[in-house]
Amino acid sequence: MYKNFFRYLISAIFLLGFSVNSNADFKVGFVYVGPTGDHGWTFQHHEGRNAVEAAGIKTTFVESVPEGADAERVIRQLAQSGHDLIFTTSFGYMDPTNKVAKDFPNVKFEHATGYKREHSNVSTYSARFYEGRTILGHIAGKMTKTNTIGYIASFPIPEVIRGINAMTLAAQKVNPNIKTKIVWVFTWYDPGKEAEAAQALIDQGADVIMQHTDSTAPVQTAEKAGVWSFGQASDMQRFAPKSILTSIIDDWAPYYVERAIAARDGTWNQQDTWHGLKEGMVAMGPYNSAMGADLVKEVEQLQKDLASGKVHSFTGPIYDQKGNILVAEGKVADDGMLAGMSVYVKGVEGDIPK
Amino acid sequence: MIKIEKRNDVPMALYFFTPFIAIILTILGGGIIFYILGFNPIEALKFYFIIPISNLYGFSELLLKATPLCLIAIGLSFCFKSNNWNIGAEGQLTFGAIVGGGVALLFYNQEGFYILPLVILAGAIGGMFFALIPAILKTYFNTNEILVSLMLVYVSKLLLDYLVVGPWSNPEGFNFPETRQFSDSSRMPLLFEGLRIHAGIFLALGAVMLSWFILYKTYLGFQIKVSGLSLKTAKYAGFKGKTMILIVFMISGACAGLAGVGEITGPIGQLHRMISPDYGFTAIIVAFLGRLNPFGIIFASLVVALTYLGAETAQIFLQIPKYTGQVFQGMILFFLLASDYLLFFKVKILNLKKNELRH
Repeated sequence: MYKNFFRYLISAIFLLGFSVNSNADFKVGFVYVGPTGDHGWTFQHHEGRNAVEAAGIKTTFVESVPEGADAERVIRQLAQSGHDLIFTTSFGYMDPTNKVAKDFPNVKFEHATGYKREHSNVSTYSARFYEGRTILGHIAGKMTKTNTIGYIASFPIPEVIRGINAMTLAAQKVNPNIKTKIVWVFTWYDPGKEAEAAQALIDQGADVIMQHTDSTAPVQTAEKAGVWSFGQASDMQRFAPKSILTSIIDDWAPYYVERAIAARDGTWNQQDTWHGLKEGMVAMGPYNSAMGADLVKEVEQLQKDLASGKVHSFTGPIYDQKGNILVAEGKVADDGMLAGMSVYVKGVEGDIPK
Repeated sequence: MIKIEKRNDVPMALYFFTPFIAIILTILGGGIIFYILGFNPIEALKFYFIIPISNLYGFSELLLKATPLCLIAIGLSFCFKSNNWNIGAEGQLTFGAIVGGGVALLFYNQEGFYILPLVILAGAIGGMFFALIPAILKTYFNTNEILVSLMLVYVSKLLLDYLVVGPWSNPEGFNFPETRQFSDSSRMPLLFEGLRIHAGIFLALGAVMLSWFILYKTYLGFQIKVSGLSLKTAKYAGFKGKTMILIVFMISGACAGLAGVGEITGPIGQLHRMISPDYGFTAIIVAFLGRLNPFGIIFASLVVALTYLGAETAQIFLQIPKYTGQVFQGMILFFLLASDYLLFFKVKILNLKKNELRH
């Protein structure tokens, strides 16, 4: 009797395995940290999901999944309910993703912005947002009258420090007198706090505001105060049509479609992907005509050069705040250095919070 | 004309039955909402209330989710029964998690059977201490405990933010706002291989038993109940009001602190900014749905936990927006309060004569 039971069990497992692997049932799951209508981070991941759907692949998403104890259950439910590839689109899902991946070796996992790939079925991916920051820095350096750029920063992680540095270096290149003022808000999304930070920076003389947070509050505050701003994550132009000079757009669609097709066709491999302007994972929103035709032409050329690799955001000589050399003349920073960046470059005011 | 009168004889059986009416009305209301949204209501409700707990894993997740809600609500029942409106359980949970997590981090590279009990104890003391603040301010300075306890939620959350970003952040963690992973010695033991349900559930069950004993078998419980019914009577009877207020807040805070420590040593395993999806506030609904009765609270915590799981399942399988979960929680409370009102008050429609209407 027991023998029979185990035979059934084993055949059931095999049946389950086959049904999961067959093409017709191929499904991709997405886990979002915010609501799909946040007009920033999650909105763009949702756009990426729409592109996967448009490519003829079935998808499922769960929105506003807290990065606490609930994440693991949601990821596990997706894995259990026959999803073959699961994108977990926030840093806080790193450990739950790896934990579930261990129990579902036949399911592929893609974790955004993390660094742990503990099992062969976990890939990580992120974008070289700093390339966009270089363009913002060039524009900001040219547009500022007060020589003060205000920067709303979220958390002092390498990605954010990298953005601040890339922007400052590019602005210094076109305007050596530039100063970067930073307000740390310690949140990714809090319209109230972000608006206050923007106002504080404007009060301190900043006439260009940029943000590494996800709400549209800073650009709206800038619009009201009559200073320049830049959109973040998605094209935020319609929220501040006069103020926004351009936006850094996270375009996950090509990557999501490529990885979904690879997983369906059995060619998916573990990767650590870091794509930028070249691959289109980072894109720029329309340039505001208030910049003037010359400046628009300049930054369009810069955008092409960054994409082709002719220009690198971190080209030496680069000094830290104390004047120590970080990158020697004629050299560019390697990915290892970029990935762990934890000091400001010269010209940034203040200290990194500890 | 409509006249509202107080009913004099409310049968106790009906009093304990109205929560079920509220739940049934919520399910009906939910069905109507699903229908309006364009989903098959029967199918949607099935994915909401049955599919999530149709297997062992789902059932263990239900218990996992209900554990902190039950613990906090048990604590709150002491406060609410005695007319003390502790709204800040979320803050007491957070502060308990901070203190407990601090002890866990202190022992992060050590082993020993004594570590977990220490961590749990620290969490309870942390929550207790944090609840004492509004209690002392209320008893000695006459402040409003609703405001103080609520505002302290933000204090504790900001303190947690500061700690995980700054002094307690993982030194190998690239400045991401989280601490190290706790060592296994400060993690709650799992009850079954492959399921997340952990020993914290015994804390909740222990709290249920203990609270039943205190409330119904001790002098303190008698004092609490009398104070809840009439503060004046309590005073005439010579009860020491201040001590009782301090004690109920301490019990409530300790329970919330235990819930916090259960989360960080159970499924989470470290401190970060998202340790609780507002369990401290949701537990207020649980406490009232359970009629402030220890066994009612067990039942209520399971129902409310199910609304969380159901919202996830319904979004995964039917793509119903996840916020319906919060709508369900709101509806339960609304229908409960509405049926309570009709239970305690009569609505009379009076037939008036013409000359009376002229006034």
